[in-house]
Amino acid sequence: MDVNEIIELSAAAAIAAIERGDLDAAELFSAYRLRAEADELNAFTWVAEHLPADMHADGPLRGVPLAVKDLFCTAGIPSQSGSKILEGYLPPYTATSVARLQDAGAAVLGKTNQDEFAMGSSNENSAYGPVLNPWDRGRVPGGSSGGSAAAVAAGLAPWALGTDTGGSIRQPAALCGIVGLKPTYGTVSRYGMIAFASSLDQAGPLTRDVTDAALLYRHMVGTDPNDATAVGHREEIRLPTAERLDGLRLGVPTELTTGEGLEPGVMAAFEATLATARGLGATIEECSLHSAPHALSAYYVIAPAEASSNLARFDGVRYGLRAPADDLVSLYTNTRHDGFGAEVKRRILIGTYALSSGYYDAYYGRAQKVRTLIAREFASVFERCDFVVTPTSPGVAFELGAKTADPLAMYLNDSFTVPMSLAGIPAISIPCGLSDGLPVGLQLAGPAFSENRMLDAAHALEQAIGFDGSPARTPTGAAS
Amino acid sequence: MLERSEVLHVARLARLRLDDDEVDRMAGELSSILDHIAAIAALDLDDVPPTSHVVEVESALRADEPGPCLDRDVALAQAPAVQDGGFLVPSPQAG
Repeated sequence: MDVNEIIELSAAAAIAAIERGDLDAAELFSAYRLRAEADELNAFTWVAEHLPADMHADGPLRGVPLAVKDLFCTAGIPSQSGSKILEGYLPPYTATSVARLQDAGAAVLGKTNQDEFAMGSSNENSAYGPVLNPWDRGRVPGGSSGGSAAAVAAGLAPWALGTDTGGSIRQPAALCGIVGLKPTYGTVSRYGMIAFASSLDQAGPLTRDVTDAALLYRHMVGTDPNDATAVGHREEIRLPTAERLDGLRLGVPTELTTGEGLEPGVMAAFEATLATARGLGATIEECSLHSAPHALSAYYVIAPAEASSNLARFDGVRYGLRAPADDLVSLYTNTRHDGFGAEVKRRILIGTYALSSGYYDAYYGRAQKVRTLIAREFASVFERCDFVVTPTSPGVAFELGAKTADPLAMYLNDSFTVPMSLAGIPAISIPCGLSDGLPVGLQLAGPAFSENRMLDAAHALEQAIGFDGSPARTPTGAAS
Repeated sequence: MLERSEVLHVARLARLRLDDDEVDRMAGELSSILDHIAAIAALDLDDVPPTSHVVEVESALRADEPGPCLDRDVALAQAPAVQDGGFLVPSPQAG
């Protein structure tokens, strides 16, 4: 097959081509490896030199290459979580989710750039430089899984792994015009993911279409002796087939479809998609998530609080950067001064403040109660509606540097994705149109463990929307 | 607005050294973030229980049986400084 034909295949189509004998795994890997190596978007922090020798080519994923977000530990392969404090770190083991995919036949193509420790919505917080959006290289790809999203959108990888704590899969997928699934919390093991906020972090796929998302997710789920919070899934994940939405009730929460930050072009694409959904047989109704406007506040207490604890391990003793020091405490404080970027320092300080004596009840305790309210309100909406639908992000991809001077403005990018994270429920972003030539994402969220139904609904919408992602894929590779 | 002394206190708790200009910048930025977060102080949450974990997880403890762990060499391989099969650090005493 011609390289340009190979690049146009979805992962599922590539697997079918390999099974038919029209394509071999080495040819596929080589095509993507050359593109990843010529990456001009700064999407990759490491690219494999050759097809992994220990690949399970007989597995159901047939050696299809996989891009992996930098924060997944991969044995003997740099795993830096976008941070200077882990520069060159080679973990002694591989994250369970990656190992599962390798067992199923995935071949690790490269590691992808990200915001440092997954803290960010633009990828500008990476110690390894920002990632560029393939739709417009003057704009951000979103974050924190920005390298994964840009790589998939640009055709530098057929699909990728990301993680989502408050929107870090869904928002970059939306800004890059691809599909991103944040699964139900606990369905995928977190073992070997360099932790940000443990009660929220969840791994998931970034793919070109909904079928690929189902296929990758199917091979990620499961319990894990190394993660007591990994409960697996109650159902086998099916490949979606639905073409219609007959009988489905979609709830539009007024709190997440209004507000000053919501761009008119995003709203127009969202409303056009609701009309498409009606045409497919769905009914659309307004619903209410009263506490959703407080979700961001609760999130920016809970996530930094957990981060301040998780990031205590980076002290210059066992791995990573060590700064010069004459005594032990100075070793810790100097190493963390030199190794962490500004956003990570900000969040460590917020989290430490929120957990400190005298402030715990006012901040962390109250934030956990808001979390309860949000989970209850989603449960109440799901008694009447099958799914909640919102725009994934209030705006399209913004220009590099546009929000770096104002941390709070950057946090507002997560307004529509954070509530689902707090409730632990699954949500998927699919491309639903363009605004000024830039992709807009539609978010569907459902009850815990509703992935199969949600993927079906997303598939039906995807078929009807007919989004064309090809403008982001340069036909002769990133080097053109 | 957070005082410089408060920022320095929190930084000390977090074992984080900040440059002088970082302290001033963080005081401003943290204050605006904390102002936004303070919105939840106005909510009536007296009868609401806290949620620390969203998925009901039954105790999933594995059998407590000895098994292999990382070899010492592997565990030490990424350390910045090693001596006598352990992590080498400077003295806890200053100077």
